[in-house]
Parts: sequence; C-alpha cells; structure tokens
Amino acid sequence: MRALRYWSTYIAVLPFLVPTASYAWNMPIGVTDVSGDIYRLHMTIFWICVAIGLLVFGAMFYSLFRYRHAKGAKAAHFHENTLVEVLWTAIPVLILVAMAVPATATLKQMYDPSDADLDVMITGQQWRWRYEYMGENVAFTSSLSTPRVQISGEEKRGETYLLDVDNPLVLPVNRKVRFLMTSDDVIHSWWVPELAVKQDAVPGFINENWVRINEPGIYRGQCAELCGMDHGFMPVVVHAIEEKAFDEWIAERKAAAEKEISGIDRDWKLAELMERGQATYEAICVSCHQPGGKGSPPAFPALAGNEQLIADQAWHLDRVINGVSGAAMPAFRDTLNPVEIAAVVTYTRNAWGNDTGDVVQPSVVAEQVDQ
Amino acid sequence: MAKLPPKSMPLHSTPAAADGQLNTHTALPKGVMRWVLTTNHKEIGTLYLLFSLSMFFVGGVFALVVRAELFQPGLQLIDPEFFNQMTTMHGLIMVFAAVMPAFTGLANWMIPLQIGAPDMALPRLNNFSFWLLPVAFTLLLSTLLMPGGGPNFGWTFYAPLSTTYAPASTTFFILAIHIAGISSILGAINIIATILNMRAPGMRLMDMPLFVWTWLITAFLLIAVMPVLAGVITMMLMDINFGTNFFNAAGGGDPVLFQHLFWFFGHPEVYIMILPAFGIVSAIIPTFARKPLFGYTSMVYATAAIALLSFLVWAHHMFLVGLPLVAELFFMYSTMLIAVPTGVKVFNWVTTLFRGSISFEPPMLFALAFVVLFTIGGFSGIMLAIAPADFQYHDTYFVVAHFHYVLVPGAIFAIMAGAYYWLPKWTGHYPNERLAQWHFWLSVIGVNLTFFPMHFAGLAGMPRRIPDYALQFADFNMVSSIGAFFFGTSQLLFVIVVVICVRGGKKAPAKAWEGAEDLEWSVPSPAPLHTFERPPKFERSTS
Amino acid sequence: MVGMGVKLVYGNGGIVAVVGAAGVLAIMALWFGDVIQESRRGLYDEQMDRSFRWGMGWFIFSEVMFFAAFFGALFYVRQFAVPWLGGEGEKGVTALLWPEFVAHWPLLNPPGSSVSGPEQILSPWQLPLVNTLILVTSSITLTVAHEGLKLRYRHTCRNWLAGTVLLGCIFIFIQGVEYYEAYAHYGITLEAGIFGATFFILTGFHGLHVIIGTIILGVMLLRIHKNHFGPDHHFGFEAACWYWHFVDVVWIGLFVFVYVI
Ligand code: HEA
Ligand code: HEA
Ligand code: HEC
Ligand code: CUA
Ligand SMILES: [Cu+2]
Repeated sequence: MRALRYWSTYIAVLPFLVPTASYAWNMPIGVTDVSGDIYRLHMTIFWICVAIGLLVFGAMFYSLFRYRHAKGAKAAHFHENTLVEVLWTAIPVLILVAMAVPATATLKQMYDPSDADLDVMITGQQWRWRYEYMGENVAFTSSLSTPRVQISGEEKRGETYLLDVDNPLVLPVNRKVRFLMTSDDVIHSWWVPELAVKQDAVPGFINENWVRINEPGIYRGQCAELCGMDHGFMPVVVHAIEEKAFDEWIAERKAAAEKEISGIDRDWKLAELMERGQATYEAICVSCHQPGGKGSPPAFPALAGNEQLIADQAWHLDRVINGVSGAAMPAFRDTLNPVEIAAVVTYTRNAWGNDTGDVVQPSVVAEQVDQ
Repeated sequence: MAKLPPKSMPLHSTPAAADGQLNTHTALPKGVMRWVLTTNHKEIGTLYLLFSLSMFFVGGVFALVVRAELFQPGLQLIDPEFFNQMTTMHGLIMVFAAVMPAFTGLANWMIPLQIGAPDMALPRLNNFSFWLLPVAFTLLLSTLLMPGGGPNFGWTFYAPLSTTYAPASTTFFILAIHIAGISSILGAINIIATILNMRAPGMRLMDMPLFVWTWLITAFLLIAVMPVLAGVITMMLMDINFGTNFFNAAGGGDPVLFQHLFWFFGHPEVYIMILPAFGIVSAIIPTFARKPLFGYTSMVYATAAIALLSFLVWAHHMFLVGLPLVAELFFMYSTMLIAVPTGVKVFNWVTTLFRGSISFEPPMLFALAFVVLFTIGGFSGIMLAIAPADFQYHDTYFVVAHFHYVLVPGAIFAIMAGAYYWLPKWTGHYPNERLAQWHFWLSVIGVNLTFFPMHFAGLAGMPRRIPDYALQFADFNMVSSIGAFFFGTSQLLFVIVVVICVRGGKKAPAKAWEGAEDLEWSVPSPAPLHTFERPPKFERSTS
Repeated sequence: MVGMGVKLVYGNGGIVAVVGAAGVLAIMALWFGDVIQESRRGLYDEQMDRSFRWGMGWFIFSEVMFFAAFFGALFYVRQFAVPWLGGEGEKGVTALLWPEFVAHWPLLNPPGSSVSGPEQILSPWQLPLVNTLILVTSSITLTVAHEGLKLRYRHTCRNWLAGTVLLGCIFIFIQGVEYYEAYAHYGITLEAGIFGATFFILTGFHGLHVIIGTIILGVMLLRIHKNHFGPDHHFGFEAACWYWHFVDVVWIGLFVFVYVI
C-alpha cells in the first residue's frame, strides 16, 4: 500500500512538471489528506488506463500496418479461441479489483464525519452561499463580488475573476470541520477542488461531509450543480487560518452579531438604513432584480417603478419576509436579520426614483418576523 | 388534417400483401402524401435518417452557440439564461432527435435486409412511430419562442429546478418528451417483433448479423426504460400542475427520487446510444479486414451483459447526492464491471484485424477511429466510476469530455461509418472516396481538438453548464471553440457527399464491398422498394 | 396521416389539444378499423398473427415498467426519504431541518407546515377489498368467455364477456366513490403530501387502465356480437384478455402495497 502510494505519486508528477504551477492541467493535489489520496488514486487509474491503451492500440496499429490489403496481405480465417476469451475477461477483472481496493479505502475515510471539532451549516441559495457556525451564533451569506463591469468586459478582469466573494468562509487549519449541506431552493453543489470536497446541497435534506485542512491559505471553488440563471456566478472562497487566529475571528464575529441585534429597538434614520440597505441589496437581491432594480421580466419583476410596491408597503414587506411560494423569490425571514430586512426594504422604497420617503423600522420587522 | 387514404391503399403494403398475396405494386400516392403515408421500411428508414441528420445540425448549431460564448471569458453574445437553454436543447436534441432516430433509421433500412424479411413486422405502426418524432421536436423547439423561454435545466432536468423553478413552457417540454418516448417504445416493439418473427427460414438467432443482435438488445432496453422516463416526467407534470409533492421534502418527497428514476432510464439510455454502434462496427471491421469477426458468440454475450449490467449502475451519476456508503460502493463496483464486457468487444475487434487483409475505405476509417476514440472515452468512464475520484470530476468538463468521446467519435462516427458502408446499397452509387476521406480526416482532427482539451479544463476545475469562467480555463476553451467550429464545418462535407452519391457516382454492384458477407448484399444495389417478397434461403456460412 | 393528426394537436396549444386528442382517437379508430377489416378478409397469415402477439406482449411489458416507476417511487419514499426526514438511518441528520417531524407511514403529518397531510386513511378492508374481489372475479369471467369462444359457444362467450365489462364499470364506479370519499371526508388529496401523491398516481393510472381496458372489452363485445372471431382466430380478443389480466395483476400489487401494508 505505502509503496504503491509512493510510486504512484512519483510517476504521477513527472509529466506535469512541464507546465507552470499557476496554470493547472491536472487535478490539484490539494491541502488535505483526503485530497492527496484522491489525487493519487486518480493518477494510478490514469496510468493503468494508459498502459492498457498502449497495449490495445499498439496491437491494433501493428495489425493495421502489417496486414494491409494494399501490400498483398492474405487474410487468415480463424475466428474463435476460448482460451483468449477467458483470459481477456479474467485479466480486466483482476485489474478492476486492484483499482477497487484503494478506492474503497478512500471512500470509507471520506464517509466518516464523526468527532468533528466544528460544525458548519452550508446552505445554497439562488445564487449565493450561507454559512452558519453552529452553536456559535455566527452566520452570514457569501456572494460573488466580481464587479459586473468585469463580466461585461468594460473593465480589465482581475486574476481571481469570478472567484471572489464578499464574505469568505473562514476555517481553522488542523481541526476537523464537519459540513452540513442543504439548500433553500434548488440543488446546488459546494465545491472546493483543493479541499476535495464537493457535495450536493439538496433542499429539505442534509448531507454531511468533512475536511481537515493542513495548510493555511485561500482556496477557491464554484457551485457545481446547475441551479438556474446564475449558476456560473456562485463561487466559494475558503480562508484557512491558524487555529488561534480563527478563535479570535469567531469571537469578534459573535460580538458584532450581538451588537447588531441589540440595535433593533432603537429608531433608525433614513440615511443609515439606505446605506445598510444598499449593501444588502447589492449582495443579495441584485442577482435577480438586477442593478438599478430593473429586474429581468418576465422571470424577475422590476422593483424600480413597480407600482404595487410603491403603493403598498405592507405587501412589500411581506414579500421580502415570507417570499413568494412557488416562485424563485425566497423568504428572507431566517436568512437576513430584522435590521437588514428593514434596511433593504427602506432602500428599495426610496432608491431608483421610487422616492416614497417611507422608513421601515427594524422593530416593526422584528415583530412581523416573530409571528 | 391529412386526407384519408383511398380504402384500398393500406392493404397494399401490409406484409401479407408484400408476401405476394396481393401483388398490386401500382397506385402509389404521388408527392408528399407518398412519404406521409408510406409503410415501406426503406422509405421510413430514409425519413428517419433525414430527420436525424437535420436535427444533428440543429443540435450542432446550438452547440456552436455555446462554444461561441465560451470562446473567451466574459459574457459576450448571449445572456446566462439563454445559454442554459442552449446547453439543454443541445443535449436533448442530440440525444433524442439525432442519435436515437439515426439508429432507428438504420434499423429500419437494414434489419429487414439483413434477416431476409420483406418489411418490418408492423408497417403501419412504423409509420406512426416516425411521424410522432417531427411532432415532438417541433413542439420542443417551439418552447424556445414561448414567454419565459424553453427548458433551461439541463438535459437531465433535475427537480426542483425543472418543477417549482422552471419556466412556464415546461409542460410542453414534458409533452414533447412523452411523444418522443412513445415513438421510441413503438419503434422498439416493432423491431423486436421483426427480429423475432420475420427471419428468413433457416436463420437462427445465433446466425444473425451483430447489428441485428445489438438492436434486439437495444430494443429491449428501450422498452424497459422509456416507460420509466415517461413515469418520472408524469410526476413532474403532477408536481407542476396538480400540486403533488413527489420532489418536495416539505411534503415527504425527495428531489433525489427524481434523479434515481431519471438515471434508471438515463444510464441504459447511454447504452442505447452505443450498442447499435457496436453492431455497425462489428459489421464493418470484418468486411474490410476480409476475415470473419473474431468471437461472434462472445460478442453477443458481451452485448447482453452490458445491457443487463446497465440496469444496476444508474447511481454512478449521483455519487455526490449523498448516498449511503453501501450504495456508493455497490454502484462503484457494478459500474467498473461494465469495462469487462466492453473490453471483450474491443479485444475482439482488434483480434479480427490481426492477420486480416485490411483496406481503408471510408467506412473502415470511421470504424477504426471509433475503436480508438471510443476506448479513450471508456477509459475516462472508468475513471469517473471510481467514486472518490468522481467527487473531483463530477459536473466538470472532464465529464463533458468523457461523454463526447463516447458519443461523438463513438455514436456519431459509427453512424457515419454505417452511412458510408450502406450508401451503395441505398443509392446504387459509391460515395465519393476523396471527399469522404477529407471528411474523415477533418472530423478526426476536429473532434480531438474540440474535446481533448476539455479533459484538462475539467481537471483544472471548470464546472460544466456555465456561461462564463475563471481566467485559468481560457486557453483550453479557446482551443475547444476553434475545434468545434472546425468540426462543425467539416460535417457539411458529409452532406455534400451524400447529395452527390444520391445523384450519381460510381455504380455499385449488389455486393458492394469485396469482403461483405451479410444478406443485404444479395439484393441489387440500389435495393428495390420491395425485397425478399419470397423469403430467401438462408445458408449458414460454415467454417 | 396519423402523424399529421397529432401535429395539429399541440402545435398551437390551448383548446386545440382537445380537438387534437379527438383527431388522434379518430385516426386510431380508422387505423384499427382497417386492421379489423383486413383481418376479416383473411389477409393475415400466421406470421402476422405472431407479430401481433410479440407486439402486444412487449407493449404490456412497457406498461409494467411504467407502473414500476410509480411503485419504485413509493418504495423509495417509504424506505428512505420519509425515515431520513424523520431522523432515522444514514441521512438522519436531516431531522435538524424538521425538528417537529416524526416519520410514520402512512404519512399524515408532512414535515413542512405548508403542506397538510390526509386526516385519515382509507381502510383496505372496505371499498378496496370489494374492488379487489371485483377485479379478480372479472378475470375469471373473462377466462370463461375466452374458453367459450374457443369452444364455439358464442352466446356463452358474449354473456360472460358482458359480465366482465359490467364488472369493469362497477370497479370504475366504486373507484370514483372512493375518490369522492377521499377528497370529501378523508382529506386525501393530490396536495396531501407524498401519501396523496403516490396514492393518486398509482390508483389513478391504474384506474385509467381499467377504463381503457373496459372500452377495449366493450369493443370486443361488439365484435363478438358481429361474429368477427373464429375459435382459433381471435387474437384481438386474446390481446384484450392479456391486457385485462395485466391490469388485474397491477391492482393486486396496488392493493397490497398501497392499501394494506
Ligand atoms: C454512449 C454513451 C456512453 C457510454 C458508452 C458510456 C460508457 C461509460 N460511462 Fe459514461 N456517460 C455518458 C455516456 C456514456 N458513457 C453520458 C452522456 C454521461 C453524462 C450524463 C450527464 O450528466 O449529462 C456519462 C457520465 C458518466 C458518469 C458520471 C460522471 C459524473 O457525472 O460524475 C460515469 C461514472 O461512473 C460514467 C461511467 C461510464 C463507464 C464506466 C462506461 C463504460 O461503459 C466504459 C467501458 C469501456 C472501457 C473501459 C474501454 C474499453 C475496455 C477495455 C480496453 C478493457 C480493459 C479496461 C479496463 C480494465 C479499465 N459515465
Ligand atoms: C450525441 C450527442 C451529442 C453530440 C453529437 C454532441 C456534439 C457536440 N457537443 Fe455536446 N452535449 C451532449 C451531447 C452531444 N453533443 C450532451 C448530452 C450534453 C449535456 C447537456 C447538458 O449539460 O444538459 C452536451 C453538452 C455540451 C457542452 C457543455 C455545455 C455546458 O456544459 O454548458 C458543450 C460545450 O462545448 C458541447 C459541445 C458540443 C460540440 C461542439 C459538438 C459537436 O460535435 C457538434 C458539431 C457541430 C455541428 C454538427 C454543426 C454543424 C453545422 C454547421 C456547420 C452549419 C453551419 C450553419 C450555420 C451556422 C447556419 N456539448
Ligand atoms: C433568487 C432570486 C431572487 C432574489 C435573490 C430576490 N428576489 Fe425578489 N423576487 C424574485 C422573483 C422571481 C419574484 C417574483 C415572484 C412572483 O412570481 O410574484 C420576486 C418578487 C419580489 C417582490 C415583489 C415584486 C412583484 O412585483 O411581485 C419584491 C418586493 C422583491 N422581490 C424584493 C426582493 C428583495 C428586497 C430582495 C433581496 C433582499 C429580493 N427580492 C431577492 C426573485 C428574487
Ligand atoms: Cu448553485 Cu449552481
Ligand atoms: Cu451512466
């Protein structure tokens, strides 16, 4: 087993030394034990296939060359031989068994999320991720932060084009982190190649997976299951940091969350809410309702100049808190806190010429959410 | 609506009539109606083939739209919503409207000729099966023009993206698939009845050419799994329109249930698209190696084994949905096993070549390319079958590379090979050799240029079904896109060859290829409208 | 021709569908009419007869697979999905999302509050049992009719066949009553969670098949009346029998898995 691993790693890297490291041609070795195992498994199977291929194609091209009609080859007439048939049934079976053994071992390891030090709930939403550090009272959403002008080509694309988010998932190294994956709408799939974690997030069900990262760093990935219009714009970014730094970070986030909740009861100013609301809008709502609230009818209604919205604040608030069942509009009662909801509703009621002048207070929202 | 035919018309071409009891070969309706009403297996075969070729181009143009958008990073030509519709339609059209009807067309033409039957067993059903197809796909394509757009959830249409979150046209999409499915089932029933019942006296099952064998097994697969597809889209229909909760956890259902049912159909479906190809290649290689096929019996058993195993492997498409460990292991092992019978086939082909007397006419070229490139696709299939590794491959361009290798230089090349092989029988002329060779070489280069870089893009981490991608995938995509336009354009040559061949060219004798042995080469070229009205005597080639 | 008919059907969508469906039916009627005529004129030799047999046999197999999909769905939700949602088995963590949900079949309390389950379920030992008896009996009466046909007892055949058709109609009627009860008093509806969904899709498609089967048998009755069939030459009748027995067997499966267990 050891020797096999050693050799396969050794042969594996050989042909891939040529291209530069930043320009990958092959699966990454990754930064976890599992990802390394998978990489070696991948290369082992690959080389076995290459070997079989060389044999088969070698024999084939030899025959094609040697027995050309044009060169006057006379055809033999044999057409059966039980012995070779048995052989070339049995030998592939043995090869497959040899492949199956390490594959089974790796799979078993991947399927053991027990004894985790930290649980993170990952929820897919069209089209962002929501992370919840369970038991820590820290939760946030993480959406694409690549500027739209780069996508449309009006601005030069950065190095991490399409792979940048506003709030990355922060994880400690050397700790076993268990992921609980689910979704609020359609199926998504959370994938970071370097962690060798890809798992479907199925609405209504929870899938488990886990990771123990060996090296600090920034690891990027993408949603890997078609989930609608912006499936291609749903990146994942993981910041793996030292354990101590992580503990500090989470304590900070916790404090900040508590502070925000405590602000619910006070009276908020329009300008404050507008600023807060704009941030929320641009992080969350923009993917469907588009910049400037234009929407993209008929699937996604415009919010700018939306008459019903302007006329009816209660209805507006209800749409955002409870969503529209049977349509893509999610309910935000659990994923945004009352301050954020109040802010974004205030913002949509006053931005883009909607100038209603309405100010929705977080306390009002909190009351409705609790119902 | 079509006018009803004169009462005597349908009588005329029933097998009973064709058997000589009512030998009135007059009064063929003229013009369009002749084609609309035909019950002749050759004419229906031609209709299938023409339909499939045109759909291949439609699906191909959709692929070119996809490739054009992916030519470089950023959104240039189309918006993401339309991109998804293009990907979905491309997959659907290629699978259901190009490859499957092409094989059915070949079956219609060649199976009666290869088993010495005057026609298909149920000619009227045959006509019906065909005409369902244009209906189904007109309907499917028309969804692109409906408000909200056409299907945008991938050819695998996973719930709930295809139910709760789907565009309004989805109901029409479901109807279209229902109609296409009925067409397939009826066509398959007809083929089975023909093969089991209409063979020339003296021809035993183990005397049948492999194309007939592979189709017999394919037809069985079709009848077994198309109804399951019908079932699952019916559930979708109910979820969308009648408020049921099959794929909704809140009501006790499960989105993953959809995938189980879909792939129970979907995996056998991919073998439906490859088994007849095996049959074609097994006919062509012996012909041009001038040597009987090595291991006929094991070929038959291997085909049957692939078909049976294909019912047990479906969840290898679902390694990431969160299956229990035992399920994961079971589906991994069973999938790997499929390499064994497939390997037997590959080895048999190679051994057939060994010590043959080989010449390289266009059908042979395509068949040889098939063997090599399909095997490469099979190898990537085996890699995908390794469940832990599939955690990295799944839903990346590595998968896209895999299935295009088995489908394009696999299924499509085999169809091309079959077309070149049988064109002399259909038209009485040989296809233009030079042009055909150009077509071949351009296709081989184009296919590899298009699909080989996708392996790298996938391994480097590019997900499938995305309209825009990170910068490190740019070079691979540019090569793929160039290759796609190159390959696509070279397919126009095929049309040219066919048109020339229909209109004239070197005359072909009954036995158009020196080494060809099967029954179809005993009738004149071009094959007259009615063949084998008196059953031929089948003589076993003893050896 | 037939194709053209269908083409009209869905091309424009909407109400045209109804016209189209009628068109398809008309075409099928003409088509089968032709077949019947040809058969009557003795145009069909033994080979054709065998082709029809293979055709019908495989058609029924395809129907078996169609029902298999629905049964498969039922087994899957009962064995896997519902227990997982309730916190049992390998994916039991799922229960975190549905803290209040207790897995139990029949599922009266779907996990999500937006879906309300059935209030009560139907007892298998009332109407369903009656229906089981009816269908089983109808299979027997049909066999008697068939034997009668073979022995040239045309009247026996006609009477027993008429009885079978009658039993088919009674079955459909009782099924209708049951559906009414389900909706009106038991809260079993299409929307009532996965129980309602599987219940109606299985019994509904079965019911549809009974209706089709009854119509086919009705046509056979007419043809017996017109003396279309000979003692050895009556595949149309036999095919109808196969179909009916198949429908019967599906019901037994249904009775066991949907109602009893
Ligand atoms: C014609 C169609 C066709 C064929 C023939 C195959 C053949 C195979 N496929 Fe493929 N497959 C598809 C079409 C096809 N596939 C499609 C369309 C998809 C994607 C669907 C979607 O998601 O949209 C897919 C996806 C797919 C997946 C899912 C990947 C994912 O989504 O993550 C897997 C995983 O196991 C797989 C495996 C295989 C295997 C093991 C074979 C085997 O049958 C291959 C066997 C052949 C060989 C191995 C080569 C010859 C053998 C030898 C020379 C013998 C010796 C070899 C060894 C001992 C290794 N396929
Ligand atoms: C048999 C099946 C088959 C065939 C033959 C092909 C053929 C091709 N396919 Fe594929 N493809 C699938 C089946 C097939 N495909 C499936 C099932 C999927 C998955 C869909 C999904 O994700 O849901 C897929 C997905 C798929 C993707 C991934 C899309 C995505 O994930 O977003 C891509 C991307 O490059 C692609 C490209 C191609 C190309 C370039 C060809 C070429 O071979 C096509 C060749 C081109 C032509 C034949 C056109 C020629 C026409 C002309 C030159 C005429 C010119 C005229 C005018 C411009 C007016 N296909
Ligand atoms: C995943 C896509 C998506 C996201 C994200 C989203 N919406 Fe929506 N929204 C929709 C859709 C779809 C509808 C239309 C629902 C319907 O059919 O009535 C909608 C409707 C609305 C409406 C009612 C307008 C009308 O005319 O029906 C309001 C108000 C609204 N959204 C506000 C918001 C706000 C505020 C946010 C962010 C906090 C947001 N939405 C985020 C998809 C989205
Ligand atoms: Cu989320 Cu794709
Ligand atoms: Cu498969």
